[in-house]
Amino acid sequence: MKRLVNIQPGKGWRIILGLLPFILVLVIYLFASNARLVVNPNDKLLPSFGSFGEAIERMAIKEDRRTGKILLWTDTKASLQRLGMGIGISALIGLFFGILNGLIPVIRANLSPFISVLSMIPPLAILPILFIVFGLGELSKVVLIVFGIAPFVMRELQQRVQEIPKEQLIKAQTLGASTWQIMIRIILPQILPRLIDALRLSLGAAWLFLIAAEAIAATDGLGYRIFLVRRYLAMDVILPYVAWITFLAFLMDYGLRALSRFAFPWFEKETSGS
Amino acid sequence: MADNIINVSKVWKEYGDAVVLERLNLDVKEGEFCTIVGASGCGKTTFLRMLLGEEIPSRGNILLEDSPLPEEPTHDRGIVFQRYSVFPHLTVLQNVILGLEFTQSKFTGFLFGKAKRIAVNEAKEMIAAVGLSDARNKLPSALSGGMQQRLAIAQSLIKKPKILLLDEPFGALDPGIRADMHELILSLWDQTGTTVFMVTHDLKEGFSLGTRLLVFDKVRHDPQSPDRYGASITYDIPLGMTDEKILNKIKSTTGTD
Ligand SMILES: Nc1ncnc2c1ncn2[C@@H]1O[C@H](COP(=O)(O)OP(=O)(O)OP(=O)(O)O)[C@@H](O)[C@H]1O
Ligand SMILES: [Mg+2]
Repeated sequence: MKRLVNIQPGKGWRIILGLLPFILVLVIYLFASNARLVVNPNDKLLPSFGSFGEAIERMAIKEDRRTGKILLWTDTKASLQRLGMGIGISALIGLFFGILNGLIPVIRANLSPFISVLSMIPPLAILPILFIVFGLGELSKVVLIVFGIAPFVMRELQQRVQEIPKEQLIKAQTLGASTWQIMIRIILPQILPRLIDALRLSLGAAWLFLIAAEAIAATDGLGYRIFLVRRYLAMDVILPYVAWITFLAFLMDYGLRALSRFAFPWFEKETSGS
Repeated sequence: MADNIINVSKVWKEYGDAVVLERLNLDVKEGEFCTIVGASGCGKTTFLRMLLGEEIPSRGNILLEDSPLPEEPTHDRGIVFQRYSVFPHLTVLQNVILGLEFTQSKFTGFLFGKAKRIAVNEAKEMIAAVGLSDARNKLPSALSGGMQQRLAIAQSLIKKPKILLLDEPFGALDPGIRADMHELILSLWDQTGTTVFMVTHDLKEGFSLGTRLLVFDKVRHDPQSPDRYGASITYDIPLGMTDEKILNKIKSTTGTD
């Protein structure tokens, strides 16, 4: 008998083993839900799959009677817009300051301590300030996301820039490169795939801040909706929404990874090899 | 005086209290091929870094063609390190063109149209000269160690540097490949007439390559504080004057082989 650390599951087994926890959770849910519904058919805590179907139909297919819109789509669009803007702006800020901080000692001495302190402020603690300063509209939600993830992206990229072997910077100078040319031809292209990595790592936080902001002040959005229907204990809506959010998060992560692989083939080889 | 490309006089290098190099004096003529050997940690890399302008002597001065050496790396001194000399995100061709693009395209760092075609042709010749034509469109990660060093050499030489600095460029290569690289570097040196400084751990390499052998070693020792005295040049031997006896003597003093 081989040691456990040496046993590699085959391809089929790997899929089965991977699916197992999902199936297990589903089965447990079905049993628990059934058990509760038998005792009390009006129980709202663990709705049956049938009521999920009805809720999904109500939210995702039929138009809302009051607004005339399909709620799931309006919510998704609103949330994704906020998220996209927040992540996009964070990426730009992170790239700009990450490269400057990582590459130029004078700027690093000047900004690095400030950014470190900035990144320690709990973003949710300043949410009230954002609401006061930027109002309850879209801006404060986007700013919260930016505030939540941009410092991380900046620091992460600064580190990645500093990790680029010094030999490369010296070599570039012996080839006649100016600071600007080092930045755009040596640093920027090597840091872009790392930016994608950093964004993937901050997706979770971005969603967290989005949902928090929407829960507190919004008129649409995925976070707004689940906190709204919580008042009626509408688990039949909340659970599909959570599943949908999870799916969107997964898609974004997957998309970013695919983009990285497609746009920076050298990076995959570099990091997987040697 | 005028025909010395490098002039090192009374150079010391200290880091804090630790003296790494002391009393270095050296005149090197244009076109010489100096190999540098010495025990590990004796300051060979530090010396190259001073020639490069990456480090500045604590005392004394270094002249390049009779004027003070620029205090940062510039295009007239090329370098090949043991590793990390090539850019992983660029193909072989792109790596070699880069040096031309840096000088000709100040703002974007890219060349276009006719200028690009001329640069590509020049780069292709350089790549052919180091024997990498078949790998022109490959990324460095797809090259062997020896090929990467060939690329690093081509990349430097396209700038036609006055001085080429090599810091154990073949240290990480197999002996067989190393012999090929020796041939390559000698023929390139012959064609370009550039002045070469090459650090090596391999004393045989130091003896067989080049026109001049420099041995770095400590003359004075203080058993109580090993950092009190630095290394200086203990042997400066023109090639052809070397023999077994000197080889063994250097071996025993520097501990290299
Ligand atoms: N930036 C620095 N700060 C302090 N000490 C340094 C610095 N750079 C080098 N040294 C010291 O200088 C000494 C010489 O280092 P150097 O790298 O030049 O040796 P070397 O001869 O190239 O050795 P090797 O053969 O191992 O490459 C070492 O003791 C090293 O610790
Ligand atoms: Mg060294």
